[in-house]
Amino acid sequence: MITKGLIKKGEYFDSVSLMLVARKVTALDGIKDCSIVMGTAENRAILANSGMLLDLFKNALDSDLLIAVSAGTGEQADDAIAKAQEFMAQSGKTETANTEFKPRSTEGALKIIPQANLCLISVAGKYAAAVARDALERGLNVMLFSDNVPVASEVELKKYAQARDLIVMGPDCGTAIINGVPLAFANAVNRGDIGAVAAAGTGLQEVTALISNAGAGISQAIGTGGRDVKQEVGGIAFLQGLEALIKDPGTKIILLVSKPPHREVMAKISELARTAGKPVVGVFLGGNPDSLKECGITVCRTLEDAAYAAVALSRGEKPAAAADSASLQKLAAAERANKRPGRKYVRGLFSGGTFCSEAQVIMEPALGTVYSNVPLSKTNRLESALTSREHTVVDMGDDEFTVGRPHPMIDFSLRNRRIAQEAADPTTSVILLDVVIGYGSNMAPLDELGPVIRAAKKADASLSIVCSVTGTDKDPQCRKKVAAGLEDAGALVMPSNAAACRLAAFIAK
Amino acid sequence: MALDKLLKKELAVVNIGLKSFTDALDAAACPSAQVEWKPPVEVAAGTLETLRAHAAEIAEANAHALAIMLKGKPVLAGLDVAGNVVPGMKKNLLLHAGPPVTWEKMCGPMRGAVIGALIYERLAKTPKAAEKLAASGKIGFSPCHEHAAVGPMAGIVSYSMPVFVVKNETGGNKAYSTMNEGLGKVLRYGAFSPEVITRLRWMEKTLYPALKKAVAHTGGIDLKTLIAQALHMGDEVHNRNRAGTSLLYRALAPAVVETGRSAKTTAAVLNFINGNDHFFLNLSMAACKAVLDAARNVPKSSLAVAMARNGTEFGIQLAGTGGRWFTGPALVPDALYFAGFSKADANPDIGDSAITETGSLGGFAIAAAPAIVQFVGGTAADALNYTLQMYEITAGENNAYQIPYLNFRGTPTGIDSIKVVEKGIFPFIDTGVAHKDPGIGQVGAGVVSAPAEPFKKAVEGLAETFR
Repeated sequence: MITKGLIKKGEYFDSVSLMLVARKVTALDGIKDCSIVMGTAENRAILANSGMLLDLFKNALDSDLLIAVSAGTGEQADDAIAKAQEFMAQSGKTETANTEFKPRSTEGALKIIPQANLCLISVAGKYAAAVARDALERGLNVMLFSDNVPVASEVELKKYAQARDLIVMGPDCGTAIINGVPLAFANAVNRGDIGAVAAAGTGLQEVTALISNAGAGISQAIGTGGRDVKQEVGGIAFLQGLEALIKDPGTKIILLVSKPPHREVMAKISELARTAGKPVVGVFLGGNPDSLKECGITVCRTLEDAAYAAVALSRGEKPAAAADSASLQKLAAAERANKRPGRKYVRGLFSGGTFCSEAQVIMEPALGTVYSNVPLSKTNRLESALTSREHTVVDMGDDEFTVGRPHPMIDFSLRNRRIAQEAADPTTSVILLDVVIGYGSNMAPLDELGPVIRAAKKADASLSIVCSVTGTDKDPQCRKKVAAGLEDAGALVMPSNAAACRLAAFIAK
Repeated sequence: MALDKLLKKELAVVNIGLKSFTDALDAAACPSAQVEWKPPVEVAAGTLETLRAHAAEIAEANAHALAIMLKGKPVLAGLDVAGNVVPGMKKNLLLHAGPPVTWEKMCGPMRGAVIGALIYERLAKTPKAAEKLAASGKIGFSPCHEHAAVGPMAGIVSYSMPVFVVKNETGGNKAYSTMNEGLGKVLRYGAFSPEVITRLRWMEKTLYPALKKAVAHTGGIDLKTLIAQALHMGDEVHNRNRAGTSLLYRALAPAVVETGRSAKTTAAVLNFINGNDHFFLNLSMAACKAVLDAARNVPKSSLAVAMARNGTEFGIQLAGTGGRWFTGPALVPDALYFAGFSKADANPDIGDSAITETGSLGGFAIAAAPAIVQFVGGTAADALNYTLQMYEITAGENNAYQIPYLNFRGTPTGIDSIKVVEKGIFPFIDTGVAHKDPGIGQVGAGVVSAPAEPFKKAVEGLAETFR
């Protein structure tokens, strides 16, 4: 095996284009692995981890493009590097050959749609704040999908927006549905009377999809970015969103989703919820304060409970907890029956950060300590996100994995490698995965995930692979089809992440 | 718009970044525009913050500079000899294209033109002697731009050369350029063989007096109107000057005949103009120079008043930074090469002709010139997109120069260096390509984007003026 590489100075491609090129190159004869990334410190660390950090990359700059190829022979590697450049040149061509004019800035875009009222921004984090500021100055609301934006910039942007009656959803806001329009990573859900505000992107996808799959619908789904409810930001966007839903005549039930907000922020949310005049359901993963109940909020422990509580309220019924314990226990017993000795730990690999939190909320009471790169309690922090320890859940959408590369919901390659790594660990009993479909996500999740699951099951059938699929049958990938395909590959597919976590815990207990 | 109001309106989205996000917008029939975003140019820390803090003053200054550009009225007022009229002209001084450059750093074609000019001025007898003289320090070199002049390619202007005198009637200032020699082996491409010198002498002795009398007879030719018409006829007056030359010919011919010494001379003069499609280029350049010079010295303005290349470096000057040059290495153009030549033969970008782009013509008006779209990728749509992109980096649109295909929209006018840097979009320049060795001449024509470095330095320089 030979690894070769090339640095191209000052070439810029967005991470998705690079991923598509890398995938094409990996498919070439004799190529074991290919990575094409911008030369950020984080990307170089990822290259180092996969043994592809060549000496010539060590002093690369952020603006340098790095091409690394591992191949059977040097000749194959050279060919692949040449091909990679060809593919990149082509990807540029199709853009310029397009006869339709593409504006290069918000200023240019507004000449084409002067009625625009929202700017959806997903440029690399270091540039995102300036782009957002420009959009705000031009009177646009902002949904900032980009992550790796400094908190100081977030505060500045949100204050600036608030003063002008605009909202900044994000940074790191993955999901929103405004007036029935799915933005970024969102699902094709029914319209209805449940409005949601969430400081948790995949959490918002999960609750809206579960609500829709249960036959109810969504009026608005407003994302704020996970940091919004921390002390520094003070819940500016969260409170703006809640206020708007209180005023929105199309919203009858309000659903709040977040990791535990800062105490002061929580107090403001409670105060506003108390005077909402509409039923409010809340899930604050891992830290539901008692004070919430006093202000009339229906408090739930999991995303699933919260979604179903909102559905029940929307129908005028009383919320009830999930009642699938017996069937899950039965399934778990069957999985445990033939388990190879020594396989005892759950390894959760999540593309959605909220799922990683929910997994801890559900599994810790059953299994004890669950380690994570984003632990709910500090003592459970993994030393390195790259290495699991006993029961471990990893948020692979966390900043350290996404600098200069696409989100794991688009690019499965990092997680696929990790699945193989965990499967090869003789102490792994359950690999727990979320599969988030819908707009923005990978359009062919089965092609990506199927072979990896099959390979793991083939190596040892006693390894359990438990998945949830977040999305609806109306999504472009179709939830039903994806679930069937995953089952066919050997995975156990659950209707929600909460159910998947319960099952995983039952198997490993 | 308050959020609760947004929830009542039809959503319309500007999407910057991942293109796949528009799939969902399309599926929901939500109107949207995809922005083809590129990272900004990296500039020294604090630069953009300073400029943002003074954004209102800069906008005001730019509006002022733009108004001067739009008001400009260039008129071909006459002809004269450089030594008589060009400010600061001296017998031992040669003007050249682009930012300042020394003999040591001059590229091949510019050295060739220097040799030719020294022989033409009878300061040297042989190319070898001319080279020795050029290197001796006895000859001064100075940018045309610093003497109210412009020159295509090498852009050499010497003491005895005849020049067009273009007057900006609103600004009162004048600009100067030599007469275009034609194609093939010519001084501006660095050729200095005897035929080149012979042609220059004919231009001085025959062409110049005839045109001087003819232009005087017409009472002046309005170049702004002429250029506006040429754009409607398929020129962008940088790489295509066929319409401009034809219109000039129509304006001049009767006067040349009426004031001519003999039928033979008159015919020779008219045939010379008629035989050179680029004859008008030097006038479109001088017209732009006259207009842009009037917009110099507008403090705080980030608009470019000159972009010029000396074959080694690309330099720009801003309205708000006085005579200061901001430079970076010149790039080799993407070009169509004449048979027998390739990019390996090409000299880096050279010439003052980018003054046409600075003045909202040339590459900025390429959508008006479908006949030369081969230079930009082959389709009219490509040309259109290049012009459309330039609106992103300009302060306004021209009031006289229009693009018929864009419903007579004015050409993008007033290059804003801050927008260039923030958007990472670089001025798009039509250009001829010179052979890198002296004496060979033109090897192709094509396009080139201005390099980032001069713009990076320019905005940093502008920011310094606020500290």
